[in-house]
Amino acid sequence: MANVVVVTSGKGGVGKTTTTAALGTALAQSGQTVAVVDFDVGLRNLDLVMGAERRVVFDLINVVQGAAKLQQALIRDKRIETLWLLPASQTRDKEALTDEGVARVIDELRQRFDWVLCDSPAGIERGAQLAMRHADAAVIVTNPEVSSVRDSDRIIGLLDARTERAERGERIAKHILVTRFDPSRAAKGEMLGIADIVEILSLPLLGIIPESQEVLRASNLGTPVVLSNPTSAPARAYMEAARRLEGEDLDITVPTDKRSLFTKLFGRRAA
Amino acid sequence: MRTAVQSRLRPRPVRFRGRSYMAFALAPELPVSDWLADIDGTIGRSAGFFAGRPAVLDLAGLTLAPAEVAALIRELEGRGIRIMGLEGAEAAAYGPDLPPVLTSGRVLTAVDTAPEPANAPPDATPPSATPAARAAPQPAAAPSAGSLMIDTPVRSGQTVYHPHGDIIVLGAVSSGAEVVAGGSIHVYGALRGRALAGAGGDRRARIFCRRIEAELLAISGYYRTVDDLDVALRHRPIQAWLDGDTMLIAALD
Repeated sequence: MANVVVVTSGKGGVGKTTTTAALGTALAQSGQTVAVVDFDVGLRNLDLVMGAERRVVFDLINVVQGAAKLQQALIRDKRIETLWLLPASQTRDKEALTDEGVARVIDELRQRFDWVLCDSPAGIERGAQLAMRHADAAVIVTNPEVSSVRDSDRIIGLLDARTERAERGERIAKHILVTRFDPSRAAKGEMLGIADIVEILSLPLLGIIPESQEVLRASNLGTPVVLSNPTSAPARAYMEAARRLEGEDLDITVPTDKRSLFTKLFGRRAA
Repeated sequence: MRTAVQSRLRPRPVRFRGRSYMAFALAPELPVSDWLADIDGTIGRSAGFFAGRPAVLDLAGLTLAPAEVAALIRELEGRGIRIMGLEGAEAAAYGPDLPPVLTSGRVLTAVDTAPEPANAPPDATPPSATPAARAAPQPAAAPSAGSLMIDTPVRSGQTVYHPHGDIIVLGAVSSGAEVVAGGSIHVYGALRGRALAGAGGDRRARIFCRRIEAELLAISGYYRTVDDLDVALRHRPIQAWLDGDTMLIAALD
């Protein structure tokens, strides 16, 4: 039976889509079957980050409304054959998603995949609540700044109240993933430190993704960062986060790009 | 809060007994649309605030035509608030289609939805009681409903409301969260949101926390933002209480 994981944050622009793509890819690399589902109807991005935007025929709305079958809408990744994308619609809005339709699609995905990763839209409204509705676990993506942390706190409250598991009186597993972290700026007090974030949100940490040019470069290439540059700091951080999501107990570190004195003195690394 | 009292009649073939009940006294302010928006805000913050609680509409100081009063009562019923009577109005002005006009209500300081004992003596105050006499405060006699224990963090956007007792929070109260208690509030973690103790008017209520970073502290309607808190107290364990009309905040250790 699949694990349904919602990647959510409350605030926009913190890295939900990047995280969904990277975690999904990292999980699929170990041979497990993974579906990444774009719930951001009307502002779809996951197809771009996955490099599948020119192969979208049917989308989540078509499947929810019964106009297409699930296997018609699922797009298989060209690089990793156990990784699939269910894209969102760009031309519709979130009102087109029905509760029953989403429940049926998630149920079908559960039968077929080991992991179902739902990329939530920003906000706390219906779209975000539908994305989290059927989750067994949640990854809460947070940037090291106060507004992002407070919005995450709000989303955690919703996860404890509005998910199917919460309504049955169960708890869903919740993890914090800090993205765009810059250790040197945190040390200078220009960003919230990791200890502060964990203390405010009082949840376990899934990983710390360092701020890196590699993430932006990967998005623009349409290749998740764990594939575009697997040895880069953010790629290693995402791969470790994926292993923790599977239940491994790894020490949390902040991977850094180790540059030699030579490259520091003589310009940028060839990229 | 006012106590609505029915008068006891002298025993005749049919016997009547007086009973007094608790009711919310809602005093609309003009413009009524703004006042209704405030009511919506209250319902939005704590759904069920008015559920199952009878209410009296206090029309003193308002000049509303019977049709306007009827429209207002329909608006309130649409929000789940049932009006059992009118107050502060001339009985002759309103027809039988409107709730009866009540008099001689007494102000209570604490919210209490439990009916008083059935054999409570009828109120002897004549209907022509002066406003000053009617407004004489009764001692706060809210029965303790025990304390409410919250063993999870109170997250941003959540409201914990416990009108008749203390609230104990074992975790933190986040920025953007709200804890409202009729009694005292105890937070065994960081208090970053809003804490409103003595919400029913209990001036003896206090607020305690392990770490003060709160957005707002209020006791019985007196409030302080932490902006004007002594810098030396920030992030420390504190208690807050009322001394007269002043809220005092002091370190616990």
